[in-house]
Amino acid sequence: MPIAPPISSPYLHAETSVRRIMNQVMLALLPGIVVYTALIGLALIVQVLLACCFALIFEGLFQKLRGRSLASLQDGSALVTACLIALTFPPLSPWWLTVLGVFFAIVVAKQLYGGLGQNPFNPAMIAFAVCIVAFPALMSQWPAQGLHLPFSQQMEVIFGFSPRIDALTAATPLDAIKTALKMDSFTGSIQDLLKSQSLYGTFAGRGWEWVTTAYLVGGLFLIFRRVITWQTPVAFLGSMTVISLICWLIDPARFSDPLFHLFSGGAMLGAFFIATDPVSGCTTPAGKLIFGGGAGLLAYLIRVFGGFPDGIAFSILIMNICAPLIDVYTQPAIFAMQQGGKKKERDHA
Amino acid sequence: MLQKLFKFKGGIKPAHHKAESQGAPIAIAPLPGRLVIPLSQSAGEAAQPVVAVGDRVLKGQFIGRAEGWLSSAVHASTSGTVVAVEPRLMPHPSGLATLSVVIEPDGEDRWLPLQAPDYKNMSPKAVLQYLQDAGVVGMGGAGFPSHAKMQNSTVLEDLVINGAECEPYITCDDRLMRERAGEIVAGSRVIRDLLQVKRVLIGIEDNKPEAIAAMREAVEAMGETTFSVVVVPTLYPAGGIKQLIRVLTGKEIPVDKRSTDLGIQCFNVATALSVWRALNLGEPVVNRIVTLTGNVEQAGNWEVLIGTPMNELLALARPKADTDGIIMGGPMMGISVPAFDVPVIKASNCLIARSPALFPPPPPEMPCIRCGACARVCPQELQPFELYWWSRARQFDKAQAYNLASCIECGCCAYVCPANIPLVQYFRFSKGEIRAAAKEQKMADSAKARFEFKQFRAEREKAEKAEKLARAAAAQAAKLAAERDTPPGGESDTAVYAADAKQAVIAAAVERARLQRAETDSRDA
Repeated sequence: MPIAPPISSPYLHAETSVRRIMNQVMLALLPGIVVYTALIGLALIVQVLLACCFALIFEGLFQKLRGRSLASLQDGSALVTACLIALTFPPLSPWWLTVLGVFFAIVVAKQLYGGLGQNPFNPAMIAFAVCIVAFPALMSQWPAQGLHLPFSQQMEVIFGFSPRIDALTAATPLDAIKTALKMDSFTGSIQDLLKSQSLYGTFAGRGWEWVTTAYLVGGLFLIFRRVITWQTPVAFLGSMTVISLICWLIDPARFSDPLFHLFSGGAMLGAFFIATDPVSGCTTPAGKLIFGGGAGLLAYLIRVFGGFPDGIAFSILIMNICAPLIDVYTQPAIFAMQQGGKKKERDHA
Repeated sequence: MLQKLFKFKGGIKPAHHKAESQGAPIAIAPLPGRLVIPLSQSAGEAAQPVVAVGDRVLKGQFIGRAEGWLSSAVHASTSGTVVAVEPRLMPHPSGLATLSVVIEPDGEDRWLPLQAPDYKNMSPKAVLQYLQDAGVVGMGGAGFPSHAKMQNSTVLEDLVINGAECEPYITCDDRLMRERAGEIVAGSRVIRDLLQVKRVLIGIEDNKPEAIAAMREAVEAMGETTFSVVVVPTLYPAGGIKQLIRVLTGKEIPVDKRSTDLGIQCFNVATALSVWRALNLGEPVVNRIVTLTGNVEQAGNWEVLIGTPMNELLALARPKADTDGIIMGGPMMGISVPAFDVPVIKASNCLIARSPALFPPPPPEMPCIRCGACARVCPQELQPFELYWWSRARQFDKAQAYNLASCIECGCCAYVCPANIPLVQYFRFSKGEIRAAAKEQKMADSAKARFEFKQFRAEREKAEKAEKLARAAAAQAAKLAAERDTPPGGESDTAVYAADAKQAVIAAAVERARLQRAETDSRDA
């Protein structure tokens, strides 16, 4: 047998691939999807499938247009983005809103920047930010508490066969707080308000608290499987806890307790699944702490004092902007450079 | 003695694949039909051939003389006839041919009469010279001339004997420690005395319990209290010199320093054995232990004559039909040899038969997703994905700023990369480009310096010449003036006047020359 062309070492490779990583992320999302579906109904599954299909279509189309291989469809990254869009958009959004979100995520935020690994911003959060700015009303229509529409009716709402009914939707706990805080006449306490609207569950928004707990479980699984590192989520949830604790201690009537904040809205999803996006986030251990901490803090500030009911998307996008710079300034000392207290000057340009 | 162990960051745990070959005792490989002995088997200068075609040589006879201090002698591995002294392919990634001595064995394998040196009564310098002449080089794979590492120029504290053997598949050091522990310890003792170190630390990975037991027994039998056999956790690359020194002593060697700067010197177990055989028996390095493994029916360890063609040797292990290459060294840092019949050299610790099934071609490279898996396993604590980024963009100054030079090319990063990026190849490319640029720069600098000096010299000579001419002209003018102005009679006054005029002209000429020179200087600056 003729000798094969020499390749150079190493000749061994671990059992790992981008696809395997993405599959684990989707596996970790599964508990959240299941609980969410139990809460909302099969409409969520329809949204997930819708987003996944269009994500693959857009990804394939633009890979082709850019003259790249279609093999990237198998890496699973588009599917993870699609799942995140389906989970962050209101579950009864019209179909075209979901598709538009997927378009912005896959085409604008990812493919136009050069595809996988090149996007400076998290694609799913770009989709969310664009849609909430462009269609604030639609993006705020969350199904009313305890509303269980039959599947056929959900489909009619999503695919637009019947007019959208405002009665279907209601304020989320975060919406309610935001609205109340904005009213000067508001004198009661947040807790009473939430309870009066039967929005409050055991420790956070009713129903939603279990969805976010499921995200937490999935996130811990990712840390356990070493798909993500602990720094980003711990810093994210930590900073959110600290700032919410401070505000809550100052005025418990106006501000919710930390537990409520951690388990409401997109905090858990953001901390474990979005801020940990390696492409658009920080890569150094110290950088991840700064990134997560900053995102958690900004998310709280936007959520409580800003113009939007939740701040996860904007806080993560803002930190995405800072990530490259944070990385440059947080490069860890290398082997043999901690000793003697002398660190080599690194080029910051 | 209880030894405090330290940890290095990163590292990987690939499948060992040591079971295939570690059970087989060392066997003596039969004489091959031809021996091809490269004269360049160690770092530094190649040895110079001292035999010619047609010469009869005995086993252990000089065939190549060391050229300078950083070079090592080469010997005939068996008795026979020199049939060629010509460039031949050798196991080197360059695939280049190097001057080699080809010997046709006479089948007698007759030694040159060996005479053990009286090394205990020799000066250290003479001992080192002896080791150089015995062709003792690093047997762990690097092939650095050992005598050059034993010059006791700085005060050393620790001698590290490397028996970690952290690469998968390789078991030659394991077998050597199990079977020849006494000689290894004796060799280590000689090195200890040459280096005058306080401690000898023998580091062995914990997946070699038999070797550990044998070495401990040998140390005890010799009653050496300065020795300790230290069991280190199995974690690739624990056998890398920087990592092993870190684990054993807690010290970290920076990229711009040598281990001796921190008081440590390091040798492989097989090198210690070579030292012992050279000094105790007068036996030069003519063979080594080679692990034959990989895509073979019968993996094992063999004592092999240096120069044995690899295909002939590998046949002993019965390679399977789909074998499509040979890796020399381990699967993490070894090289693919350029041809099946390249010879075994002193650095050939292991031959792994390659097959597409055993070492499948790497899957297509995908984009980096900056997951950081590479950074988590890098034993040098680098950020390989950043180095990759800059290497790919050919921004070599940035790659250097991110400490590319500290990369030891252990391959951990490429092993764990989910995007199948051949990171180490990128880094080798960058290092090569940086080296080439530095060389070019150096050449350009010295050319510039030469040119500038030449110009300076030309200008200086011109100025000196002008000054000389001016002086001569002034002297001439003054003389003429003196002659013309001297009236008969009033000699004394006019003589004074003439002398003044002469002085003035000379001063003017000197000033002109000075200005001219100053102008030249300022142009140079």
